[in-house]
Amino acid sequence: MIFNLILYGVTILLLLISFSRDKVKTKKALMKSWKSFENILPQFLSILIIVGVLLAFLNPIVISKILGRSSGWWGVVLATVIGAITLIPGYIAFPTAALLIKGGAGYMQMGAFISSLMMVGVLTLPIEFKFFNKKAALLRNGLGFVFSFLVALIISKVMGQ
Amino acid sequence: MLLFIKPATGSKAILLTLSSFKEMILILPPIFVLLGLLDVWVPREIMIRWMGPGSGLKGVFLAIFIGSAAAGPLYGAFPIAAVFMKKGVSFSNILIFLGAWSTTKIPMFLFEMGSMGSKFAFTRLAIDIPGIIIIAWIIQKIMNQKEIDQIYEKTIGGL
Repeated sequence: MIFNLILYGVTILLLLISFSRDKVKTKKALMKSWKSFENILPQFLSILIIVGVLLAFLNPIVISKILGRSSGWWGVVLATVIGAITLIPGYIAFPTAALLIKGGAGYMQMGAFISSLMMVGVLTLPIEFKFFNKKAALLRNGLGFVFSFLVALIISKVMGQ
Repeated sequence: MLLFIKPATGSKAILLTLSSFKEMILILPPIFVLLGLLDVWVPREIMIRWMGPGSGLKGVFLAIFIGSAAAGPLYGAFPIAAVFMKKGVSFSNILIFLGAWSTTKIPMFLFEMGSMGSKFAFTRLAIDIPGIIIIAWIIQKIMNQKEIDQIYEKTIGGL
């Protein structure tokens, strides 16, 4: 939360500096901000609803059942898929992962889950298509998906599991 | 509909949607304001010099730094990538920026150390930094210049 405050503080400061330097330019900047915000808002809203429904089904008990230490590579694959589909903010994901490890999930599976959660965004693909193109977006997500397995492997070696 | 079939799950879904909506509505306005300011104040020539196609290691370093200093989910990075395109930042540096935003954010790293332990967090960081550079390099190699130009044209047009 403190980072949100810093973000707001910096933004307001820069906005004030900009305004004192040049009012017309600042107004132009804000108009641009609003226009790009307006452009993307409807898509964001529909994604948030899908995420909400999805997360309601995937509670920690369900996750730790399928991602336990003994689940091996099958668990890693599942963890990567879950991470790729869901969109959970880090400040919820990390404590959840820590809890799951206490509850019996493996470091290897959690490494895969966190890595793909961060790098791969299946639900945000429509937005990514809009800003890049299909090929670039699919490549970025696909490579992130594969990379998560590597992360899982190295994490499991380092953490000794 | 879910609300009628399974009221508990349905209401949980609504709560979760509201909480992620709250997160979004908190984080997006400053990002978009910063975007507008960047667009108006920073000249294209400077961005090209620092992060353009010939910027080398300096550009890579800056891309990682800006991405890591960010806050918020990855979808907040896409509009910034669009302004970067407009300002002439190279495609691979934009990809590195996206990679850094998604995995090496400093606020998230501190959080990760706190909950997963520093061994876990540092291991992931050590794999991720080369990882995002390699991924950016592979995408850059697979895409041809014409496709990249088309992306720039389309995205800048939509700004």
